[in-house]
Amino acid sequence: MTWSATARGAHQPDNTAFTQQRLPAWQPLLSASIALPLFFCAGLAFIGLGLGLFYSSNGIKELEYDYTGNPGTGNCSACALADQDRAPPLRCSCSWYFSLPELFPGPVYLYYELTNFYQNNRRYSVSRDDTQLSGLPSALRHPANECAPYQRRASGLPIAPCGAIANSLFNDSFSLWHQRQPGGPYVEVPLDRTGIAWWTDCHVKFRNPPLVNGSLALAFRGTAPPPNWPRPVYALSPDPNNTGFINQDFVVWMRTAALPTFRKLYARIRQGNYSTGLPRGAYLVNITYNYPVRAFGGHKLIVFSNISWMGGKNPFLGIAYLVVGSLCILMGFVMLVVYIRYQDQNDEDEDEE
Amino acid sequence: MSQPGPESARWFQFASSMNSERDSETTFEEDSQPNDEVVPYSDDETEDELDDQGPAVEPEQNRVNREAEETRETLRKDCTWQVKANDRSFHEQPHFMKTRFFCIKESKYANNAIKTYKYNAFSFLPMNLFEQFKRAANFYFLILLILQAIPQISTLAWYTTLFPLLVVLGITAIKDLVDDVARHKMDNEINNRTCEVIKDGRFKVAKWKEIQVGDVIRLKKNDFIPADILLLSSSEPNSLCYVETAELDGETNLKFKMALEITHQYLQRENSLTTFDGFIECEEPNNRLDKFTGTLFWRNRSFPLDADKILLRGCVIRNTDFCHGLVIFAGADTKIMKNSGKTRFKRTKIDYLMNYMVYTIFVVLILVSAGLAIGHAYWEAQVGNYSWYLYDGEDYTPSYRGFLNFWGYIIILNTMVPISLYVSVEVIRLGQSYFINWDLQMYYPEKDTPAKARTTTLNEQLGQIHYVFSDKTGTLTQNIMTFKKCCINGQIYGDHRDASQNSHSKIEQVDFSWNMFADGKLAFYDHYLIEQIQSGKESEVRQFFFLLAVCHTVMVDRTDGQLNYQAASPDEGALVNAARNFGFAFLARTQNTITISELGTERTYDVLAILDFNSDRKRMSIIVRTPEGNIRLYCKGADTVIYERLHQMNPTKQETQDALDIFASETLRTLCLCYKEIEEKEYEEWNKKFMAASLVSTNRDEALDKVYEEIEKDLILLGATAIEDKLQDGVPETISKLAKADIKIWVLTGDKKETAENIGFACELLTEDTTICYGEDINALLHTRMENQRNRGGVYAKFVPPVHETFFPPGENRALIISGSWLNEILLEKKTKRSKILKLKFPKTEEERRIRTQSKRRLEARKEQRQKNFVDLACECSAVICCRVTPKQKAMVVDLVKRYKKAITLAIGDGANDVNMIKTAHIGVGISGQEGMQAVMSSDYSFAQFRYLQRLLLVHGRWSYIRMCKFLRYFFYKNFAFTLVHFWYSFFNGYSAQTAYEDWFITLYNVLYSSLPVLLMGLLDQDVSDKLSLRFPGLYIVGQRDLLFNYKKFFVSLVHGILTSMILFFIPLGAYLQTVGQDGEAPSDYQSFAVTIASALIITVNFQIGLDTSYWTFVNAFSIFGSIALYFGIMFDFHSAGIHVLFPSAFQFTGTASNALRQPYIWLTIMLTVAVCLLPVVAIRFLSMTIWPSESDKIQKHRKRLKAEEQWKRRQRVFRRGVSSRRSAYAFSHQRGYADLISSGRSIRKKRSPLDAIIAEGAAEYRRTVAS
Repeated sequence: MTWSATARGAHQPDNTAFTQQRLPAWQPLLSASIALPLFFCAGLAFIGLGLGLFYSSNGIKELEYDYTGNPGTGNCSACALADQDRAPPLRCSCSWYFSLPELFPGPVYLYYELTNFYQNNRRYSVSRDDTQLSGLPSALRHPANECAPYQRRASGLPIAPCGAIANSLFNDSFSLWHQRQPGGPYVEVPLDRTGIAWWTDCHVKFRNPPLVNGSLALAFRGTAPPPNWPRPVYALSPDPNNTGFINQDFVVWMRTAALPTFRKLYARIRQGNYSTGLPRGAYLVNITYNYPVRAFGGHKLIVFSNISWMGGKNPFLGIAYLVVGSLCILMGFVMLVVYIRYQDQNDEDEDEE
Repeated sequence: MSQPGPESARWFQFASSMNSERDSETTFEEDSQPNDEVVPYSDDETEDELDDQGPAVEPEQNRVNREAEETRETLRKDCTWQVKANDRSFHEQPHFMKTRFFCIKESKYANNAIKTYKYNAFSFLPMNLFEQFKRAANFYFLILLILQAIPQISTLAWYTTLFPLLVVLGITAIKDLVDDVARHKMDNEINNRTCEVIKDGRFKVAKWKEIQVGDVIRLKKNDFIPADILLLSSSEPNSLCYVETAELDGETNLKFKMALEITHQYLQRENSLTTFDGFIECEEPNNRLDKFTGTLFWRNRSFPLDADKILLRGCVIRNTDFCHGLVIFAGADTKIMKNSGKTRFKRTKIDYLMNYMVYTIFVVLILVSAGLAIGHAYWEAQVGNYSWYLYDGEDYTPSYRGFLNFWGYIIILNTMVPISLYVSVEVIRLGQSYFINWDLQMYYPEKDTPAKARTTTLNEQLGQIHYVFSDKTGTLTQNIMTFKKCCINGQIYGDHRDASQNSHSKIEQVDFSWNMFADGKLAFYDHYLIEQIQSGKESEVRQFFFLLAVCHTVMVDRTDGQLNYQAASPDEGALVNAARNFGFAFLARTQNTITISELGTERTYDVLAILDFNSDRKRMSIIVRTPEGNIRLYCKGADTVIYERLHQMNPTKQETQDALDIFASETLRTLCLCYKEIEEKEYEEWNKKFMAASLVSTNRDEALDKVYEEIEKDLILLGATAIEDKLQDGVPETISKLAKADIKIWVLTGDKKETAENIGFACELLTEDTTICYGEDINALLHTRMENQRNRGGVYAKFVPPVHETFFPPGENRALIISGSWLNEILLEKKTKRSKILKLKFPKTEEERRIRTQSKRRLEARKEQRQKNFVDLACECSAVICCRVTPKQKAMVVDLVKRYKKAITLAIGDGANDVNMIKTAHIGVGISGQEGMQAVMSSDYSFAQFRYLQRLLLVHGRWSYIRMCKFLRYFFYKNFAFTLVHFWYSFFNGYSAQTAYEDWFITLYNVLYSSLPVLLMGLLDQDVSDKLSLRFPGLYIVGQRDLLFNYKKFFVSLVHGILTSMILFFIPLGAYLQTVGQDGEAPSDYQSFAVTIASALIITVNFQIGLDTSYWTFVNAFSIFGSIALYFGIMFDFHSAGIHVLFPSAFQFTGTASNALRQPYIWLTIMLTVAVCLLPVVAIRFLSMTIWPSESDKIQKHRKRLKAEEQWKRRQRVFRRGVSSRRSAYAFSHQRGYADLISSGRSIRKKRSPLDAIIAEGAAEYRRTVAS
């Protein structure tokens, strides 16, 4: 069909690549020359990655101890026995002795781990007020409805921080003691309790309300601590940069976990003699046992771990990469065989046509 | 009938006698053979009319009697529509008011303003919203929105549903608004047209919308008629008025209307018109174009009115300087508006499928939610109740919490039903429609007509067509008859020759400039013929063209020295026009003279008689007296009838016969011409008989035919003409392409069998090796089949599984040609009409009633069986041609195939007679560019040439189908992959309806992050190019067989989505089980987890669409990578410090993206997830392509080779003209000419024939015209 540009009809459509559906295009075909190399290359790459991940994960040392105190598992049983129901929180301490035959290379991180604890339960995870936590004075006095039933005390005082998450703040505490020589005295290992939360959390998401007369306590006047808390939020820590809403333990707790089994960072060990790790010797962890978990069948663990470039110990990813990589190679061979087998047949078909 | 008069008494008698005579179950053998020539019965004949035409025709019926009966009939019918001329207040009387709403009253007389728009400025928002919420999907999301507002069950933020819903509603509303504005504009344009109306005693210019019932208006030449009006008088003699009804029925030849004598006499001048106070009683407005019954009461007399005096809205006044009329129906009451009626809302097969799938998903949603709710109740009882930290102050039982969570999950999983599905489908279809509108290869430059997708919702159905039903005239053919060849005195003229009889393949057209009357439009290449005419060596040559100029019933109209011929049929027009070009111009006629310019000299002949055409005679003759006093008869007609009447001494008989064969094999329409000298005495004798016969009042036609027969004998053959009923360009090629695509083509035409057959050969629908079956053949076949079925099935016919057996032995190329009357016969259509008679008698006893219903049911079952058998039989034929069918039958045939074959049908036509069929078929296509617009108006697609159909179906249809299927498959996949992650996550969060993603991500996923690439694929994807699509019509078959989108494919998509969602959840789960971050902090928190899954999801689904896209333009690439980039961009913004400071509680994921995504570990997780999602797909695609390559795979593979081939080898079409076989067609169209009008001499003098006889004939003719 020809048409001249000069004698164009009034209704003649435009002759552009778009309107005529002639846009220049790449029409990729899933041919053998693309698919087979793709699978072999991907397979090899994945196996390589998998090996790397697997070995780094294996190189990570982990030491964990379940101090829930199920009967006969250690000296925390006594505390656990007392933990029959949840309120009022009891005060009990127990300890865990362990020894390291060799250096536990640093930096070493101390985590606590909870199991069967559903921080990701929707009802639980919405029970917070981010406006209040961002330090807005108005929100401080008027917690969001989501916080109910930890929105206001029976007296009518608003709870700060409000909500079920804050109320259930993990309140066990640990201290680590090192016995340098056998029979020697236990020296406390310094635990770095700062920098355990995301910078954005402590500096953006969680802010203290503006000080009143230079005092945080005054700023929180007219609010009540959550029912489970023995002390108000501004007294969480003596360090003024680590108290109130920006208390790092609190911030870490408020970043809810994805799964019902989770670890949260408690402290780093990186000071003084311990910057290279925990030297060999006997150790003692003193545990202040407050947090009740046995009611819902949970466990509390204490974990020492170091990390690599890929983070903590987790063999899953390495193995997964190895498996997927091998499957790719296998699939590649299958495809190659099928291709060779059917290529001829297809050619014959076409010759017949 | 309240009072059973003598007539109805007779009725009862008849009915009961019939009842006793025959079994109430009518049989079909008893009737005589149907007549192939006649169109069965008028389309709109209603039951009561059929009943009225009872079997007893009173033989002594005379004119007076008939008139009386007519009045009685009109009175008997409910003529409740009353119109009073020039009296507007009459129509505003309270008893003409009808209640609209509670107390708002409205006149039953519509005013002439038409309103096609739906909304005005105020009603737009509420009405549009209401309409939109009527759609199930939108309503569903509205319900969700309400659910989300309930705090106990609200699991998602309110904006997650509201925002997408607003986008969806907004897009639809904008589209509706644009449509409505266009309608407003069009209405305004039409309503503001002007015409002259009598107001305050004289004619004033008024707008159309101001015209009211009862107004007297004046119309000028070429005016559109603004309303349905009664013709009162016109400038022409006898108040004739010519109208062009193209807009109504697509026919371009003029119809004439005639006013009543009384109004013609007294209502010519303005002052008489202003005082006209006639009163009209007529039927209520209806949609029957060719029917009108009414009575005019004026001057204490009453005059019957019929459709012949009514000018309908939409027609155009032609050849009449001005005319006056009385408005009877205005605006919405006019027949054209009543006819346009409601357009049936058509939906595609995919629509239905899609709806069912949405229902399926909905059921899945409810089941999944219920399961999870039960899980939650169980979990609460086992774990939740003991978890003190979950205490929420409410004292709900676990089962109640489960119940609440059911609704919570309904909300969370709502994205399983894709919210943007419907709007995306609309957008894609709209885009496809634009591509159709823009296609230059469907643009017809000669008429400046582009293709137009008038319905934008049917595109993918174009890729699934099984049956094409085509009209013939104007669709396959151009409806232009051209004089092509002739045979004079045994010598064939018309090939490419120079003046000395040498053949040239390339020769210039004959120059007709020597002839002052030539119109310069005739393309003729035989210079030798001109030489012959001019030299006058052979007297027969001149005689031949003289005959063409004189023997016809064409009317002539001379404006500015230009001759305008008005012929009853295009064939006749072509012949007279040809004669004019060859130097024998028909100039003027009066009632008994005719003036011809013979090579420049004007001569006037006395016309002694016109022996008009009818379908039995198949010929027409004229008897003239030359100025010299000789009397001659000129005759033209079908070869079969002419040859019977030739004089024995005809030397050129054989040569002409051979010429006819040659013409027929070239699919030309032939006609034989002959003449005869008549002695004065012989004529006198004959004329006496003729006069006597024309005065006979009963069976006058038969008597006349007999008289005609006496004089039309011993004729001398002059020659034969060959007219080309020009096929449109590319028709045979298109038909063969479509046939290769397994599309069956049925031609449905009002034409005669021979003509239809001829066209069938011309467009290669029929070939020499086709066995043609006719009505009588298949009737026998069907009959035996019925007998077999009856014997086999008996009473338990329903329970016997249908045995599939063919009617014909396989392998042969077969075609079926069947006429309308045979169709009726075969499908027992007539019998139902007759059974109405039985109904007249009221059943007296219970027993009788039971028998009656039983027999009725049996008849229905038989009819159904019959229809099914017929469709089965017809579908075994490679081509079906139905001739002599009425518009109603056309629709019926389409409906039959639709019903019994469950196949997608397409009807294509150009005239009003195709409207029924176009509306019935799944897809209607109108041929535009012709004058008639009605077919186009009711069509879904329109273009100018039949050949564009192949591009519409094989390219646009196929692409649309493939795109839509790919789109839907991907859409369901994408939403399942997205939504079901929540489901897997439930198992790890106590079934607490926790979302796996951030709320904002859920909000934007469907609208921003994953919509554009799939939309673009739906708009732009092509598996093979348009050229290859056309070259390999076999590619079309996937659509016909629903191979690309069906329940199986749907479930495959769902399973694919489910597997993807599993991978998307479980790989990150494994990676997160006990990990900690790179720097010791940020271990496995919920927000990082959500971001990881969301990122993996976005990359996966966007890469997946990349895999599905086979036509990667830069837009596609841009949109795919753009969507991923957009996702990361928006996510980093939403997770930034700034936005958190502004809205701390709306954006809670502060810092998550930056903290999570700087960890290589998370990237490795995402990478693995994406790879595991996509690599199996690649592998499966590769394997299936290698092991079971589809047709299009193969073509794609050899794309380059094919392209090269195409460039080198432009395939030459092989025209195989078979052995010439005799397929003569009678060239006259099946209408009779204007002979009555001419000879009645109404334009000069009346008296000759009774007025109402002419009217009756005219009406009959009009009916026939409309029906054809």
